[in-house]
Amino acid sequence: MSDQERAKQDRRQTDASSSDEVIDETSVAPDATERGERLKNEIDELLDEIDEVLETNAEEFVKSYIQKGGE
Amino acid sequence: MAVPKTLGIETEYGIVHRGVDSPNPISASSLLINAYLSRSSEPGCGPGAPRVGWDFVDESPSLDARGFTPLDAVAPEIETHMVNAVLTNGARYYVDHAHPELSTPECADPLSIVLQDRAAESILVESMEAANAVLPDGQELVVYKNNSDGKGNSYGCHENYLMDRATPFSRIVQHATTHFVTRQVFTGAGKVGCELPFRDRDHIPFQLTQRADFFEEEIGLETTLKRPIINTRDEPHADPLRYRRLHVIVGDANLCEVATFLKVGTTALVLAMVEDDLLDQRLAVVDPVRALQAVSWDLTLSHPLTLSDGRTATAVEIQWELLAEARRYLDDRGDAMVGGPVAHEVVRRWESVLAGLESDPDSLAGQVDWVTKHRVVEGVRRRHELDPADLKLAAVDLQYHDLRPDRSLFARLGAETLVDPEDVRMAATTPPVDTRAYFRGRCLSRWPDRIVTANWDSMVFEAGGETLRRVPMMEPSRGTEEHVGTLLDTCESVEELLERLST
Repeated sequence: MSDQERAKQDRRQTDASSSDEVIDETSVAPDATERGERLKNEIDELLDEIDEVLETNAEEFVKSYIQKGGE
Repeated sequence: MAVPKTLGIETEYGIVHRGVDSPNPISASSLLINAYLSRSSEPGCGPGAPRVGWDFVDESPSLDARGFTPLDAVAPEIETHMVNAVLTNGARYYVDHAHPELSTPECADPLSIVLQDRAAESILVESMEAANAVLPDGQELVVYKNNSDGKGNSYGCHENYLMDRATPFSRIVQHATTHFVTRQVFTGAGKVGCELPFRDRDHIPFQLTQRADFFEEEIGLETTLKRPIINTRDEPHADPLRYRRLHVIVGDANLCEVATFLKVGTTALVLAMVEDDLLDQRLAVVDPVRALQAVSWDLTLSHPLTLSDGRTATAVEIQWELLAEARRYLDDRGDAMVGGPVAHEVVRRWESVLAGLESDPDSLAGQVDWVTKHRVVEGVRRRHELDPADLKLAAVDLQYHDLRPDRSLFARLGAETLVDPEDVRMAATTPPVDTRAYFRGRCLSRWPDRIVTANWDSMVFEAGGETLRRVPMMEPSRGTEEHVGTLLDTCESVEELLERLST
């Protein structure tokens, strides 16, 4: 089997497994509370370290972010 | 009658060139894309990006779907001199105005769109890395997946839907407008501040969408000024007697996969129902431009919209009605025109998000961008006791969309995913198997030196000697793996391919 064929077959398999995943979620409702709790913790963590993550001079950064219109 | 919804998304990204005195966004965008193309064509980097240019022969952005071209309309200009490449996944990657833009390959369902939209982000991330590796110390290119600079300049994330040419355009206008005004409750990417002309930035501290402030008309051809909710550009990139392509300019670029999935999935369903003339005539929002802004500005989701029969309803209530119609549509007519089994997942998610918006919008963090961003912005504001107009909050907004993996605020939040990261990696170089993008992408990886140009509906091959041969691809659902997979696998040469295609 050529690399290309193998890649194609892998792709078919991963395609199949990713659509299975979606269908699984339909039958087994995701644990919304648990997910909500995890996300809340992640937001809290981000807030704890926001000053390290955010551009150092926030005001200057916002003022200098200028784009031309597009489309 | 509904036709299969071939789908695509084209995203213009914000770009910043740091460390130079007077940055030029056009050359920065060219550098970004060229760095990607050079790097991915190096030996050992895999089949990334042959330098095949885009073919403009069928581009006519000034054709108007209403059948006439208004005298005062300013048609978008095509800039042909700048970098403009076709990738082996079937996408187009180019400089548009002053932005890098990537158009996904044609997709056959909204989950495939999510995969390709994510792949596009990964291509932009790789482009930044490639460009920054060749820039002098102290310089850096940074790319943002947003639609506004917070100072009144906007750039787009456009969606494309293949539709039946026979559907009266006025019917599309009516129902698509209603959907576009009301779908903002889950498609909005969130924005700190207001950019409506003659209003203070803090007139609206936080709103649902990036784009609503920029729309002034209900319908029209423009995309850069006097932006219309319904864009009338009539370029099907397919057989014009059978198809039109609805070019949607009103949406936001989303980072949440669930939001991208619903933005495209619900719209495909609504448009299929329009084609089959199943939607209630009375479901039309009065004064849609103001309604678009009123919905975007109302975080309580309670603004009453007036409908053409005098009723009032909130955006969420109208979405419930559209969802009920979509369920009926799938029961009665099946899913064949709207992406197959994935359409049922769209409806399930649609219901779950509407229920969340009614009961506890905050619970949709990680699924809906405006909710996700708002929770971070509000969190920062409370912790630091900031004024709502504090520029630090605007910085949080911008950095939510930063595509650098170590800087992106969105990436830190572990949002819900619908596609596997390994599939995303593959999708950056391999095309979807179920549209004509498959033929384009496979030919580009096999015979990059023999393809002179390519575009959505044709490819030009060097046929040997001085001869060039154009292969038309006017049917978006042909050229799939099923149709041409064996052909492409078994052809030894371009000559053989052209020979077998013509028999």
